Amino acid sequence: MLLVPCPNCGPRDASDFKFGGESSSRPDPRTATPEQWRDYVHLKTNVAGNQKETWYCRGCRTYFSLHRDTVTNIFGAPQS
Amino acid sequence: MAEGERGKPAKYSAAGLLRRGLKGESWPRVWQEHELRTTYDAVIIGAGIHGLATAYYLAKNHGINRVAVVDKGYVGGGGSGRNTAIIRSNYLTPEGVAFYDRSLTLYNEMSAELNMNVMFSKRGHLTLAHSDAAMRTMNWRAEVNKLSGVDSSVIGPGEVKKLVPSLDTSLASRYPILGALHHPPGGTVRHDAVNWGYARAADALGVEIHQQTEVTDIFVAGGDGPQNKGTGGVVKGVRTTRGDITAPVVVNCTAGWSSLIADMAGVRLPVVTHPLQAAVTEPVRAFLPAVVVSGSLHVYVSQTARGELVFGAAVDPFATYSTAGSLEFAEGLASHVLQLMPGISNLRLLRQWAGLCDMTPDYSPIMGFTPVDGFICDVGWGTYGFKAGPVAGEQIAEAIASGKTPELIRNFALERFADGRLVGEKGAAAVGH
Ligand SMILES: Cc1cc2nc3c(=O)[nH]c(=O)nc-3n(C[C@H](O)[C@H](O)[C@H](O)COP(=O)(O)OP(=O)(O)OC[C@H]3O[C@@H](n4cnc5c(N)ncnc54)[C@H](O)[C@@H]3O)c2cc1C
Ligand SMILES: [Zn+2]
Repeated sequence: MLLVPCPNCGPRDASDFKFGGESSSRPDPRTATPEQWRDYVHLKTNVAGNQKETWYCRGCRTYFSLHRDTVTNIFGAPQS
Repeated sequence: MAEGERGKPAKYSAAGLLRRGLKGESWPRVWQEHELRTTYDAVIIGAGIHGLATAYYLAKNHGINRVAVVDKGYVGGGGSGRNTAIIRSNYLTPEGVAFYDRSLTLYNEMSAELNMNVMFSKRGHLTLAHSDAAMRTMNWRAEVNKLSGVDSSVIGPGEVKKLVPSLDTSLASRYPILGALHHPPGGTVRHDAVNWGYARAADALGVEIHQQTEVTDIFVAGGDGPQNKGTGGVVKGVRTTRGDITAPVVVNCTAGWSSLIADMAGVRLPVVTHPLQAAVTEPVRAFLPAVVVSGSLHVYVSQTARGELVFGAAVDPFATYSTAGSLEFAEGLASHVLQLMPGISNLRLLRQWAGLCDMTPDYSPIMGFTPVDGFICDVGWGTYGFKAGPVAGEQIAEAIASGKTPELIRNFALERFADGRLVGEKGAAAVGH
């Protein structure tokens, strides 16, 4: 069972959240080339280890990012 | 087991079994162990069905047998030994249907081809629809299937009940069954037999299988990325925990780990690794004649030859490389399957397990050449790759031998994500694998 530490609600079961995937920086849509945009949309690092990622809490309706080790599933400190 | 001629794996027979049983003779090794050489014509990473089938068809169809299949664990230790072994070709896109249907043909011939009974049971495959939207998708799939010559049609609740009497087809159920997509040629296979069959047949043709051999780096020259890897580069070989290997061709068949291997060559993939869980009950008398899938209820079930019910669902909702199971999965599974078959409420679950799935944005695989010359990917197999092992192996072997992408897999190339030509199969692959 995965307990996700929401900055507002505290640790709650993963089913109370929506997983938003690994964080990445969005290129500027006004200047990005189609290739850059497609890379941003589709390509992933999919790291085995420490990953910065986005979660959405269905309880308090907040998006926040977290660090998690994708092999052990241990979370680092929450950040908003 | 009679000693096989070279190139053809030995036959298993009832007489051989009896003789060995009576004499207490041991069985010969099914595949050999070798010293790792320093050079091969091709190195295949991953000894699951995809790596093994690719090696087999390279040797059998193209005479390329200076091939090493290396695995950090053991043969079939990845998804290939953990799947629920469902075989079907009733997909949603024309290219998907044609591709998976070729695999069904290869499964039909496999027991004879590999001299190994793979227990392909063509029991039929039912995808239930509980809503008008689902009925629409079923009709859509049936039409695409028929146009490609695949036996597939939409049937009503009465026929569903006739085929699988244990299903609750009454309107009183929480999610009434409005109809189903019926695919008679679908069924299940014995996955370990398929893995071992390919391993044994490849070994007999001279392919070397190296277990406990982890790839830790890939050598690339001339690329535009860091360490001269990446686009425009040429693959030179691999570093393993048992030594370095020089090879002009390196094939990535590592499913859930494929991003990590591609990264070693400087190639980024549109792949996210999610676990998929499955569970099995105690064995009971045969009562479930077909594979039953319910997309709306996120569950599928089939009964094995031993009598156990095998259940699965969609992937876990977050990415991880951990194969830990969850109580949440078992609870969800039980409550959903009891909606379909209230009669099995006293059955006990025996086991549950998970495997890693390399999910792509369109639920279709990524096959063929990459921006690094000689580095070939056969990945993105998600939750549906076991049935595709034979055809993918056959086609990737042809790509390697000819240097050209075969027609059957052209639309599954990595470039499709850059070109915006996705092959959307989610509607046919998210729950039913
Ligand atoms: C529970 C479950 C149910 C499924 N049900 C079905 C189904 O009903 N029908 C269907 O068609 N598909 C199903 N699938 C999907 C299917 O199992 C996979 O898509 C398929 O087995 C992938 O095969 P593969 O050979 O590509 O990879 P795998 O069998 O996963 O093999 C990859 C291998 O790569 C090795 N490896 C990884 N990293 C390294 C490294 N650095 N060096 C060396 N070796 C490495 C691993 O040890 C592993 O043995 C299911 C999967 C799961 C988990
Ligand atoms: Zn919250």
